[in-house]
Amino acid sequence: MNLWVVFLLVGLLTYTIRLSFVLVQGRVNMPSWFQRAVRFVPIAVLSALIAPELFNPGGTVDVSLGNARLLAGLLAIGVAWRTKRVGFTIGAGMAALLVLQIFLGH
Amino acid sequence: MSSRTEFYAGIRAALPLLIGVSPFGMIYGVLALGVGMSAGAAQAMSVIVFAGSAQFVITQLIGLGTPWGVIVLTAFVVNLRHVLYSVSIAPHLQSLPSSWKALLSYLLTDEAYAVAITRYNHHAAGAHRHWFFLGAGLTLWCGWQVSTAVGLVLGGQVPSRWSLDFTMPLIFIALVVPAMKDRADVAAALTAGGVAMLAAGLPLKLGLVAAALAGILGGLTVEWRRQ
Repeated sequence: MNLWVVFLLVGLLTYTIRLSFVLVQGRVNMPSWFQRAVRFVPIAVLSALIAPELFNPGGTVDVSLGNARLLAGLLAIGVAWRTKRVGFTIGAGMAALLVLQIFLGH
Repeated sequence: MSSRTEFYAGIRAALPLLIGVSPFGMIYGVLALGVGMSAGAAQAMSVIVFAGSAQFVITQLIGLGTPWGVIVLTAFVVNLRHVLYSVSIAPHLQSLPSSWKALLSYLLTDEAYAVAITRYNHHAAGAHRHWFFLGAGLTLWCGWQVSTAVGLVLGGQVPSRWSLDFTMPLIFIALVVPAMKDRADVAAALTAGGVAMLAAGLPLKLGLVAAALAGILGGLTVEWRRQ
């Protein structure tokens, strides 16, 4: 596994990003389209990671009441939206998954 | 204010954030062991990468058996937002020697940025303000390293039938949902999620990259049409 290559490259890239404008003196204006695009990056990437975990737990798309991860995930999205609390979101999602797994016989 | 009082003020400002940061560090430690990383490697990632959300993404992708090039690319994209922090904090660090700039840039996480920029925008910024940043940054760094280590100690004792891997998407949900401020954000999330679901079977996890790009375009499109 190229684990260390990943760590070192990501570490180096992240550090370079953080250092970039601190080192380059003066106030630099980023183009506005770039600033707007960057704003969407975390939302887009994290959503792209969430969806397959909920919809494709066995590798294929499964939109049914037998999909415990989808139901638990949707509940967690509702809790996150209402409470905006990390602890409640994780707690509700995990509790729902464990209960559903018992009922669905996994 | 003297350098010492600035330093302590930074520590005090960052301490409450540790309540939110520490559980993430512990869960990261547990999950890293779960995807087969050694404790040493997992702790090393916390030191070398030192970026919570990117570390979760990397852990998730390692667990999925993703090629390392795609992992590096995805983590890079996730951390691109730090460019904006770098731009915004740069004027406050301008007069410092390079060694200070190098050190503070390493500590420039989401939380450190938030604490420092809030302080610099609301207080008359003194000559020792970099000590405030250092105090806050070191506090957050120590909290992250210690909570990672605690997670690594706990991780070996969690049975797999607890489905603890599911905390990963739940953490991402807890990060994404409250961050959605308007329709453009929702469009970005739904587009990215939809494409990721349909393209999950693509080789090399390229569905992830395609979905992220589609999400960004979806968000920009909605924003552009509203103007």
